[in-house]
Amino acid sequence: MDIFIQQIINGLVLGSIYALVALGYTMVYGILGLINFAHGEVVMIGALTALTAIGLLVPSGLPGPVVVLGGLLIAIPVCMAVGFSIERIAYRPLRNAPRLAPLITAIGVSIVLQQLAMMGWGRNYHTFPAILPTTPHQVFGAAITDLQILIVVTAAVLMAALLWLITRTRLGRAMRATSENPAVARLMGVDVDRVIAFTFVLGSALAAVAGVMVAANYSIAHYAMGFMLGLKAFTAAVLGGIGNVGGAMLGGLLLGIIESLGAGYIGDLTGGFLGSHYQDVFAFFVLILVLVFRPSGLMGEKVAERA
Amino acid sequence: MTLPGDPKLRARLGIVLIGIALAVLPFVVGANFGNSWVRIIDFALLYVMLALGLNIVVGFAGLLDLGYIAFYAVGAYLYALLSSPHLATAFPAVFASAPAWSVWLVLPLGALVAGLFGVLLGTPTLKLRGDYLAIVTLGFGEIIRIFLNNLNAPLNLTNGPQGINNIQSAEIAGQSLGRSFELFGLQIPSVTAHYYFFLALTLLVIFICVRLQDSRLGRAWVAIREDELAARACGINTRNVKLLAFGLGATFGGVAGGLFAGFQGFVSPESFGLLESIMVLCMVVLGGMGHIAGVILGALLLALLPEVLRWGAAPVQQWLFGKVLVDPESLRLLLFGVALVLVMRWRPAGLWPSALRKRELAAHAEVA
Repeated sequence: MDIFIQQIINGLVLGSIYALVALGYTMVYGILGLINFAHGEVVMIGALTALTAIGLLVPSGLPGPVVVLGGLLIAIPVCMAVGFSIERIAYRPLRNAPRLAPLITAIGVSIVLQQLAMMGWGRNYHTFPAILPTTPHQVFGAAITDLQILIVVTAAVLMAALLWLITRTRLGRAMRATSENPAVARLMGVDVDRVIAFTFVLGSALAAVAGVMVAANYSIAHYAMGFMLGLKAFTAAVLGGIGNVGGAMLGGLLLGIIESLGAGYIGDLTGGFLGSHYQDVFAFFVLILVLVFRPSGLMGEKVAERA
Repeated sequence: MTLPGDPKLRARLGIVLIGIALAVLPFVVGANFGNSWVRIIDFALLYVMLALGLNIVVGFAGLLDLGYIAFYAVGAYLYALLSSPHLATAFPAVFASAPAWSVWLVLPLGALVAGLFGVLLGTPTLKLRGDYLAIVTLGFGEIIRIFLNNLNAPLNLTNGPQGINNIQSAEIAGQSLGRSFELFGLQIPSVTAHYYFFLALTLLVIFICVRLQDSRLGRAWVAIREDELAARACGINTRNVKLLAFGLGATFGGVAGGLFAGFQGFVSPESFGLLESIMVLCMVVLGGMGHIAGVILGALLLALLPEVLRWGAAPVQQWLFGKVLVDPESLRLLLFGVALVLVMRWRPAGLWPSALRKRELAAHAEVA
């Protein structure tokens, strides 16, 4: 039983990170109908930038959380700039192109970012310094560390803030209008281009935070980490109903829990035939199952075929 | 020199000249640059086959498949299992001796199994729109790779990350292509023999593609690519036609995979990563989606590019900056990425688009 609770806790931590990344996918998809394939790479750039900054700050002797906050404050603007440039350079010129075109461009951007990161940071793994408190607390026989609590709480606060921004502010209303119908939104005086750019920047900022969380949670980061993470976050977004902000949060948490429970129990379920190294497969099976049986996701509305 | 005026005659003359050039190519290249370059050309031919197979799915039917390399992997592993001692060593109780199947049996079998995998992938994804489909196929490709990587325990089927080695080369008319041999007084090295073998199959694949393109099925694919609803309204069974695109495309991948396994002598999961899928996709996209000649051009260009870079990039950087800043491998990937972005921006129909596609895109631009 305590193993079960432990897996749930691990799943929640993982799920909060997926949810933050999934929000970036879902917001862009909601507004542009485009899968921003390069989003996972933005997470990677956030993680590596923050690690570099943290590495420079550690010798100053500041307390751990302050150092990590410093890393975050540097990573967030960097990622925002990256997200903004991606939209400007790669996606905006293709807004009226046939629908395969932006997808292929996105793959290209993703490769370019990955290779640039590899040139900048090298092929080796970068370790996250042990500066955050990791004392375990006992909960129902399972252990949860300060770091894990911090990740879940930060993610929750950010998501609440995002929901507030989308439902309560003028900008949020403009985003929702653009997502509903860009042409009409433009007629109503919404600067659609600015809203789209803002969406990318906002998603990238969340990606930066998620990147730092991943690096802290696994204590490592490297140039190829973004790909798998991006795929899983995308799966989470689809699971919740792509384009739906609440759905991305729910989907992220669910996927995290499915994955950690799956990895924990697959050995027992298959009589030892398959082991926990199949962890990465779960996300894809979930993705395929959702798309086959409920393509609109858990919270999504039925979407009509795009012409 | 004046060329004969009749265009039909000129076309025939062109074909004969290309044929002669293709026939003597390995000897000219082998004599001037060494057999390693013939080997590179052999791989380029494999890529041509792969790209033409993917072109059926992406170019003709307009279904973006990012896991295409999985079919290549299926073909390669099937060939590896049926032509290496691996099964005999892993399951001595079942297999008394190493299976040594004829290449003429293994290749069609590989095509069939890969085709079945294609239909297997196609069935659940038929209803999906382009971008969802891309992600699901990508996931499928990764699933295959993860299984290849891990199916060494408890049953050692794929030998895990080490892969399978000691694979027998293809044997044609009693002569193994793995060793050099003498024919009509000419010394034929292994790579040259493989070249002719691959060339023959590539020509067959090209022939099939050309025939498919103009067939009822080919036109149905194009109709689906342009407008699925309208295609269905015209009486096309979109489900079957899409499944056929997946299945046939996968078939070519399976054949190319079998050839790869026999040529290379070993297979391991790392040959079948996502980057390979993307590389084949680049070939189709850069060359000209849906245009057979364009796709062949794209495949040849991109297959030869890394070799040219390996050979030329380091000295050029040495000369420019005094040291090697970017290793050829990442330079290659970087160029791929940039090329994808630039081609989509400036030449969305590819470097050598088909006349039809060009017209369509022009019409698109006018409407937009």
